Amino acid sequence: MASNGEPIVRLRGVGKSYANISALRGVDLAVREGEVTCILGDNGAGKSTLISIIAGLHPHDAGEYLVDGVPRRFSSPREALDLGIAAVYQTLALVPLLPVWRNFFLGSEIVKGRGPLRRLDREKMWAETRDELHRMGIDLENLEQPVGTLSGGQRQVVAIARAIHFGARVLILDEPTAALGVAQSGLVLRYVSQAARSQGIGVIFITHNPHHAYLVGDHFIVLSRGEVALDSPRSDLTLESLMFQMAGGKGLSALEHELQGGRDAQRA
Amino acid sequence: MTTAVETARRRQALPQSVWKKVLKRPEAGALGGAVLVFAFFWIIAPPFRQLAAFTTVLYQASTIGIPAVAIALLMIGGEFDLSAGVAVTSISLAASIFATHAVGGLWAGTIFSLFFALALGAVNGWLLIKTKLPSFLVTLGSFLMLQGLNIAITKLITGNVATEDISGMAGFGALKSIFAATFQFGRVQVSIAILYWLALAAIATWILLRTKTGNWIVAVGGQGDSARAVGVPVARVKVGLFMAVGFGCWFLAMHQLYAYNTVQSGAGIGSELLYIAASVVGGCLLTGGYGSAVGSALGAFIFGMTTEGVIYADWDADWFQFFVGAMLLLATVVNTWIRARASKGK
Repeated sequence: MASNGEPIVRLRGVGKSYANISALRGVDLAVREGEVTCILGDNGAGKSTLISIIAGLHPHDAGEYLVDGVPRRFSSPREALDLGIAAVYQTLALVPLLPVWRNFFLGSEIVKGRGPLRRLDREKMWAETRDELHRMGIDLENLEQPVGTLSGGQRQVVAIARAIHFGARVLILDEPTAALGVAQSGLVLRYVSQAARSQGIGVIFITHNPHHAYLVGDHFIVLSRGEVALDSPRSDLTLESLMFQMAGGKGLSALEHELQGGRDAQRA
Repeated sequence: MTTAVETARRRQALPQSVWKKVLKRPEAGALGGAVLVFAFFWIIAPPFRQLAAFTTVLYQASTIGIPAVAIALLMIGGEFDLSAGVAVTSISLAASIFATHAVGGLWAGTIFSLFFALALGAVNGWLLIKTKLPSFLVTLGSFLMLQGLNIAITKLITGNVATEDISGMAGFGALKSIFAATFQFGRVQVSIAILYWLALAAIATWILLRTKTGNWIVAVGGQGDSARAVGVPVARVKVGLFMAVGFGCWFLAMHQLYAYNTVQSGAGIGSELLYIAASVVGGCLLTGGYGSAVGSALGAFIFGMTTEGVIYADWDADWFQFFVGAMLLLATVVNTWIRARASKGK
């Protein structure tokens, strides 16, 4: 789906400090309909802080955060969710011992009946879960099985399908492939790409794997020590240059030079 | 042709899938255990076979089962309550002392004690949320505090370790018929506590399996952070569960008060472990997120049979404790095994 130009989510010079430590400075970001924006960075680069701000877990304390052009400052994830901004966390997504359909509707259960007879509408939730998962290309034999019995990739996809079903326009995916093998990662990446292109969801894909990012991304941002080290559309970037940036960019060259120099000196 | 084949296949699949469904329930192990314990005492203790013995067993079970139903919900919600045993005594004392020394009315005392019980639960829950300590510690603290307060305050007000007999006070008859009535069923006496116990287990099961609140309880115990992330009010669910335990304790406290007329201030110590043991035998996971209210009722039933069976078999009553311990270990092993098989889809 072609983007219509106006981003759903836009950050301008956003920053965040914890006590005296500045975790994030001057981040600009635009997420458009149907586009996958990849955020890469080493541990401690500020990825978590950035998604906490976008998802509404922590408010930002510098710069501007606009949703549909309106400045916002969230104090809870619920507020972000109400505007269609949903985060799917790697480990926090689902309750392992709860059946698939109960997980799918957790926190947004459909009920029927009145007063003390107010109860879960099992048939409806079951059918909607089945249809939604089917539409996304997952066929589960038994929706009554605990989520913990699904494969890692299936679990991620169920969590993403749930977020989309409940009206997410912007999906924040926190390292969805980090703990997965090759085949399972493929399942998730295919699904992410499909969600963005065919359903017009804006995706923020957080990862430290440049290969995964380059497979699905339209726009790439590399964070380093709380600042944007690279901000580039796919057209201006090759996988090699992305990997170079991820690995440490100029810092890596300097290190290579230094180590090389040391070796030369030893030899001499 | 195809349909005939399919029908045949479905028929073939049906009995196995019903069996599988039963095995996948958290209370499967407890059900098997109850049948075994029943058969055991049926064989070795002839008096156990009478109907009167069965109603006595059910009564014993109900005095464990009423708080245990609430404890099971709490454990599914991922928390513990070690204070429930002495809380029952505290609540009886509150009702009795408030009625005799403060207002002079049993109805007022009974209603006061209900608010007192809910407040006890709410304080436990609030402390848990505020301090972020494990519930084991928080309720161990409240257990010891209540144990001390029970005796100290009773001595201070009545000058004795037990409260005065309330059977002569206005309203006693009506309240006794609500909380501690017995009625004739055929040739045996049946306590109303049994009916309350079964009703509470049924309501708890309904809540757990068929309502939004039940879904939230399981989720909060299974993975609190995930539940919070999708908008489940975790703190409210936990405080509510502790208040439900308060309510369960209040029910048993009122039954005991109107059945025995006085309260021994040192009573109740150790019962909390029976409530927890009944829930665990019934399939509750110590780590939360899994279990059943029916299971806790079966667990209480097993302990009821054991208490009475030991007596009918003419053994020393101390064997009961041994049985509870052995049952707890056995049930946990069996439950774990069943769960592992069930989750593999076998």
